[in-house]
Formats: sequence, C-alpha cells, structure tokens
Amino acid sequence: MSPAINLQEPRPTAAVETPPCVIPGTYLFDGTLALKGYALNKMCYSFNEAANRAAFLADEEGYCARFGLNDEQRDAVRRRDVLALLEAGGNVYYLAKFTGIFGLGVQDIGAQQTGMSVEAFRAKLQAAAV
Amino acid sequence: MARLVGAVCTSHIPAIGHALARELENDAYWLPFFTGYPPAREWLTAADPDVAIVVYNDHGLNFFLDKMPTFAVGAAREYRNADEGWGLPTAPPYRGDPELSWHIIESLMNQEFDVTSCQEMLVDHAFTVPLALLWPGRSRPGLRTVPVCLNTIQHPLPSPMRCFKLGRAIGRAVASYPQDLRAVVIGTGGLSHQLDGQRAGFINREFDLMCLEKIVSDPLTLARYTIRDLVLLAGTQGVEIISWLVARGALDEHVTRVHSHYHIPVSNTAAGLMVLENAA
Repeated sequence: MSPAINLQEPRPTAAVETPPCVIPGTYLFDGTLALKGYALNKMCYSFNEAANRAAFLADEEGYCARFGLNDEQRDAVRRRDVLALLEAGGNVYYLAKFTGIFGLGVQDIGAQQTGMSVEAFRAKLQAAAV
Repeated sequence: MARLVGAVCTSHIPAIGHALARELENDAYWLPFFTGYPPAREWLTAADPDVAIVVYNDHGLNFFLDKMPTFAVGAAREYRNADEGWGLPTAPPYRGDPELSWHIIESLMNQEFDVTSCQEMLVDHAFTVPLALLWPGRSRPGLRTVPVCLNTIQHPLPSPMRCFKLGRAIGRAVASYPQDLRAVVIGTGGLSHQLDGQRAGFINREFDLMCLEKIVSDPLTLARYTIRDLVLLAGTQGVEIISWLVARGALDEHVTRVHSHYHIPVSNTAAGLMVLENAA
C-alpha cells in the first residue's frame, strides 16, 4: 500500500473571510469602489501627461465623455468635490492628479474634505505634534 | 559575496521634493525635518553601498488599476521618473542592476514569492524623494538601484506579515548573490497620515513612536497587525509602513539602531527616519 499523500492545506494565519471595514470618514479602496470608479480613475490617471491636462481644460465635458464617466462622477468633477469623487469610486492618488490641475494640493483637499479653512487644517496638523 | 550593510527607512512625502527643488532646507517650517538627515547621510557615506534596493509604493505613475501587481521588482538597466501631474520636477534616470535584479527575482520565486518582473518601470516620488534626501545631488556616483514596488492602492493589500517575510526573502537573496557588492535596503513611506475622507489629516503620534521602537527590537509585533488595523491606527496612507517592514525583514533578528528621527508635520504627514544595521 502506498503511503497516503497529505494534501491538507496549512491553517491560514488570518480569517479567510474578512469583515467589512468601517472606519468613519475613511474610504478603503476595495474591489467595489475600484469597479465603481474605474472610468473616473482612468481619466485621472491620464492627467500624468501635460497634454491630457490641457485637453481636459479645453473641453471638460468632452474629456469626461471620452472616458465614459457617469452622471454622478461628472457632477462631482464639475464641482471639484473630493468627497463626492471618493463616493463615486475615485481613489485619492488618482484624484490628486485631477485636483493638481487647479493647483490644489493635499492640504487644500484636506481642508475641503474636513470643512475647514486651509489655515485651520494646517493648524490641526501642527497640533498633532504634541 | 554580496552583503547587506543595513537599512534606511524614511518618509517620501512629495512636499519634500518641492522643498529640495526650492532649496528650503533652512526655512523655519522645514529645518526641523531636514536636521534629521545628515547622520543618515554620514552613515551611508561610511557604509558606501554599491546598490540600493528601494522598497516603495507607486502612486499611479507606473501602475494603473488595469493591472496591479502586489509585488513588482524592477529588472531594467535604468529607471525613469516622469510627470506625476501635480508639478514635482522630474528627476534624471537612475541606474539599474539587471543582473542583481534577476538574481533577486529568481531567488524570491524559489522562496514562493510570485513577483512581477518589470523591464520597464517608471519610478515616482516614493523612489526619487528618499534617494534625493539620502544622497543630495546624486552624491554617490554610480549608485545602482533595484526598485521593489508594493501595492498600497488597491485593497486587498499584502499583509504586514507577508511584507516582513518578503524582506526576509530579499535578505536571503542578497546573501546568496555571488558577486562582491554592498547593498542597502531602503524602505519608504509613512508614518501616520491620511489624505482622503472626512478623516483627512489624521496623525497618530503615539502609534508612530511605538512603531519606531518596535521596528528595531520587535518587528513581529508590527507584522501581526492587519492592514485594517493599520488604516485605523496610522491612517489610510499610513499603511505605507509595510515598506519599512520589508526593509527590516531583510536584516538579521538583532539589529542596532544607528539613527532615528521623527517630526510632525510635513504636509499632511508624520515624517519618520530610521537607520539600522545588523548587530555585531
């Protein structure tokens, strides 16, 4: 009789099923958001190139249409509303390339998302030092 | 035989690149951050590595969501930087070491790390800013690089434990490389910060300080956190500390802290620096 081959899987080190992650005010960019935001993120990824940034500025609606953005995404783009863009499936790394077109850095969008002035947002960061 | 001279872990915030480009090192805002770096540079000058293995995360310059490798290793003769869309000046190309890259890729695959090999790979600020900080003005001529890119965009991300083990495998890969060279592992990113959502601006000093202790003496404690824990405790982008775990994993069990520095804030981020070498 040949010896039995042990095909038993090693015990996983973490739970196989992970519970949904709910952290207030936080967008965990999972498969659901990736699917929802694909067109929007693809458009924002195109803004790595200066020519594409110029093309967007020349014809925003046409540029959004070219990438197949839905109404929710187009509306959020029109309003430069970062929270709405996140809700619509945007990922902040790609969105930064969009907001960069208007000279908005991470502190500007931090202020926008938290409903603070940029000065107040900066002060909040400084306050984390102590 | 190849030898690891140690590891340097540092934040890679784009604003640092802007500050370097505008020569703001002595500006009141920047001075407390930049004062942390001369000891790291001095250590690197003395250790004189031939190759820097740079463990970092791409922010949407090279990789898009169409194809998102969990672990990608560069295997090119040179690595170009490019426009990231928000105004950081583009750095000149960095030299690669394709022979060492392929050795690392072969070794990692043999150790059951199924990495993506990249013969063309744009490197973003997470690669260029730390190198500019550590070797200002390319002060180590001929330095060769091996980029190791971790996915921190598309969840699920690799677990901290998996990243620590990747580091161990990189350490073994370097130790088995027959050429006589000195390599340093550089882990970039962190510490706590969050760019997105109503929680933007989140910084956790207490957690960061704990990480700066544990990365030296007890990295497994950090490796046991889940990504979700890290998002909660260090912010959505604070998960970048997984690059530090790769760098730490490449070293021996016992290490000596050569230098560390911590400063809040740089832009939206708590900035950290750590220089480690294997204990004698």
